Amino acid sequence: MYHWIPFWPDTAAVNAVVVNNLYIAELGLSGLIMVTVVAMMLTFCIRYRKAASNSRADLETKTWRFEILWTVATLGAFLILFVWGAQVYIWLYKPPPADEEVYVVGKQWMWKVEHPGGQREIDALHVPVNKVVRLVMASEDVIHSFFVPAFRIKHDVVPGTLETLWFKATKTGIFRLECTQYCGLQHATMQGEIVVMEAPDYANWLDSQGVEESLAQQGAELFRAHGCSGCHGKNSTIIHAPSLTGLYGTVVHLQDGSIRVADEAYLRDCILNPRSFTVAGYPPVMPDFSGQLGEGDLLKLIAYIKSLGGKREAGR
Amino acid sequence: MSTTTFDDTPRIEPTARPSYLTEENTVASWLFTRDHKRIALLFFASITFFFFVGGGAAALIRMNLATPEGLLQPSLYNRMFTMHGIIMVWFFLIPSIPTTFGNFFVPLMIGARDLAFPRVNLLSWYVFNLSGLVVLYALIMGAADTGWTFYTPLSTVYANGYVFAAAMAVFINGFSSIMTALNFIVTIHRLRAPGMTWMRLPLFVWAIYAVSVVMLTATPVLAMDTFLLAVERFIGIGLFDPRHGGDPLLWQHMFWFYSHPAVYIMILPAMGVVSEIIPCYARRPIFGYAGMTIALMAIAILSFFVWAHHMFVAGISIYAGVAFSLLTFFVAVPSAIKVFNWTVSLHKGRITFDAPMLYALGFVLLFTLGGVTGLMLATLAVDVSVHGTYFVIAHFHYIMVGATVSAFFGALHYWWPKMTGRLYPEMWARFAAILTYVGFNLTFFPQFVLGYLGMPRRSYTYPAEWQIWNVLSSAGASILAVAYLLPLLYLGWSIFRERKADANPWAATGLEWTTPSPPPTHNFERTPRVSRGPYNYDPENDRFITQEGTPHAR
Repeated sequence: MYHWIPFWPDTAAVNAVVVNNLYIAELGLSGLIMVTVVAMMLTFCIRYRKAASNSRADLETKTWRFEILWTVATLGAFLILFVWGAQVYIWLYKPPPADEEVYVVGKQWMWKVEHPGGQREIDALHVPVNKVVRLVMASEDVIHSFFVPAFRIKHDVVPGTLETLWFKATKTGIFRLECTQYCGLQHATMQGEIVVMEAPDYANWLDSQGVEESLAQQGAELFRAHGCSGCHGKNSTIIHAPSLTGLYGTVVHLQDGSIRVADEAYLRDCILNPRSFTVAGYPPVMPDFSGQLGEGDLLKLIAYIKSLGGKREAGR
Repeated sequence: MSTTTFDDTPRIEPTARPSYLTEENTVASWLFTRDHKRIALLFFASITFFFFVGGGAAALIRMNLATPEGLLQPSLYNRMFTMHGIIMVWFFLIPSIPTTFGNFFVPLMIGARDLAFPRVNLLSWYVFNLSGLVVLYALIMGAADTGWTFYTPLSTVYANGYVFAAAMAVFINGFSSIMTALNFIVTIHRLRAPGMTWMRLPLFVWAIYAVSVVMLTATPVLAMDTFLLAVERFIGIGLFDPRHGGDPLLWQHMFWFYSHPAVYIMILPAMGVVSEIIPCYARRPIFGYAGMTIALMAIAILSFFVWAHHMFVAGISIYAGVAFSLLTFFVAVPSAIKVFNWTVSLHKGRITFDAPMLYALGFVLLFTLGGVTGLMLATLAVDVSVHGTYFVIAHFHYIMVGATVSAFFGALHYWWPKMTGRLYPEMWARFAAILTYVGFNLTFFPQFVLGYLGMPRRSYTYPAEWQIWNVLSSAGASILAVAYLLPLLYLGWSIFRERKADANPWAATGLEWTTPSPPPTHNFERTPRVSRGPYNYDPENDRFITQEGTPHAR
């Protein structure tokens, strides 16, 4: 049970502090606007009620001066809010180099989490405090939205692509994880917890999960099982296919002239729909794997490809 | 002015002709009427019915949320909030003011005998009712369970409710909107009385014009959306399905391309109503008439360029997010101008606080609070935090319910004497207006707090520590229900027992007040000749001049 009335969420990440400050500033401005309107309304309603004898002579007729005044004033205030909000938004959605990466799959009605070491959780996410954690998120069915109120971060998880989100927790403890995009019958219960731990505790936790293979190792097995290694493998000479070593995070020139950064979403697109992403200088011979691989398997393959090296700072 | 002699408030001789209400009394004379005033009353009956159906769903929602354990099965809860949204948006809010007060008063205010296309007007009512039957069918058979936004692929692949029927109801409903909007545009262009220039139009007519432009241009997109949704659901062509190369976000773009302008469809007529009421009860001209007309049209046009602000966290390009945030701040500027102009329109007035004025002042305050929280949502980083939570629910209810429904009730009381020929009981009406304001704030203000705490919308349960705010909200909802039911009783009573109204009970300046209450079928005995703008009130001497140029002392 609770002992007090909650009216403000925890502020438990660097992201949360920055958004919180902006929110407080906007509450202040909103309060100011409301007070101004209420004060003007009350003053006029009292001074100029029917029974009041104050003079009504010399009604203001040149109204355009006032119109310009409050157009300029509101536009100025709004532009400040816009710039502030946009700066923070870009910062929120452009992940810095990550200390930890975690893969998240949303499905009706649970959050499945896979750590690179192969540790798996459902409706829970263990992370170390004071580390930049980058999430790579996929959906198996409908649109979900990954939301941690105490961190003020949120991003929809849309089927058919991968989304990224990052945070850096500043407090240890347990925080709510929610789905904020209506996703069907049990949407209300698609919730979990973020467990933020000190680094040593986190290391212990990872070790105690009884894992045999890392995500990349599992991906390597899939890589062989699905025949990817036949063309993309290190010793493959039969077919001229792009090497995947060091690919992640680099710039790729495609046959159609467009340019893509080889991030997780690109790798996913290439596996499922290779003919649309033929790399310049290579024949379009790769079969597509759509319908053969679930989101979990795709993430394992991507983890494997990433383990072959590349630029780590890739991200949107 | 000193040379003018002032008559008493005009007494229009009771004409030998019967009023539009009494001229014919058969059922057929109502069902096949082409009189815009009778059609307005037909629409009024239809939307009032749907208001209480949608309100019933809201009552179930708030009952369920009074405790974390809830009352309804999850599937029923999900269907109730979906139907609440669909019915309230398309079957009450969008048609509310235009089809009733717009239908009744646009011809009267511009000095016309009827709308340009009376048969189309009647057809619009039949099409509306057809769509209403379809939505009732969907509701009774088991309702849709997608949320009113029908997000794909949930709505196309995963939902198992009556999504097709609900979407078809919305599809058919759109044609009613289009017909009504077309009718208003042509009427306002072609049927204004001599001397009624554009800059002499009452602001209510301007607002109906602006909203008609938005309706006529946006609603066809809704027809395409719902049609494609139905095709996708039945045949699975894969337009919105990533497994077939489709894009789920395409639906959101198309849906909000209609549904964001639709938000302005709901609020613009309300702005028009309030712009009529405030000058009348403040007894002074509206402040900045030209600015108000420009603001109305600016909102109407800008409303088409802000749709993706519903998608800041949906996975659109972050630079698209930045652009849509900027455009959203732009559309807030004319809204802010209107708030300031309404407020300053009280300066040096001679203010009385009758029920319509109380509703109008309540409108301004609720609209302002909805507006400033809208600014917070337009701010990208804050939207990331509160998107999809009760903060959003509270924000748009402040605009669409707090503001629009207050204006609807304000208009109902203001024009009641003209529509029925009877006054309404003033004390009861004031009580209902104040009760609306109190109940509304108690219902929705706690939801801002819940939203920032992180309570997701469309959830049938929540953690126990948030119960206090939900209990307050549910308590407020029960007060609000009383405040909305009360007018049904005393206005119904007033039709039979209240005093008769004369032609101009509020001493107002518009043309609609120069004809008897209730008006004859053809509105005016002779075509009015307009010689001045709409709000010639003189608070210094407590006089006013009608748009035909007749001066009166109050």
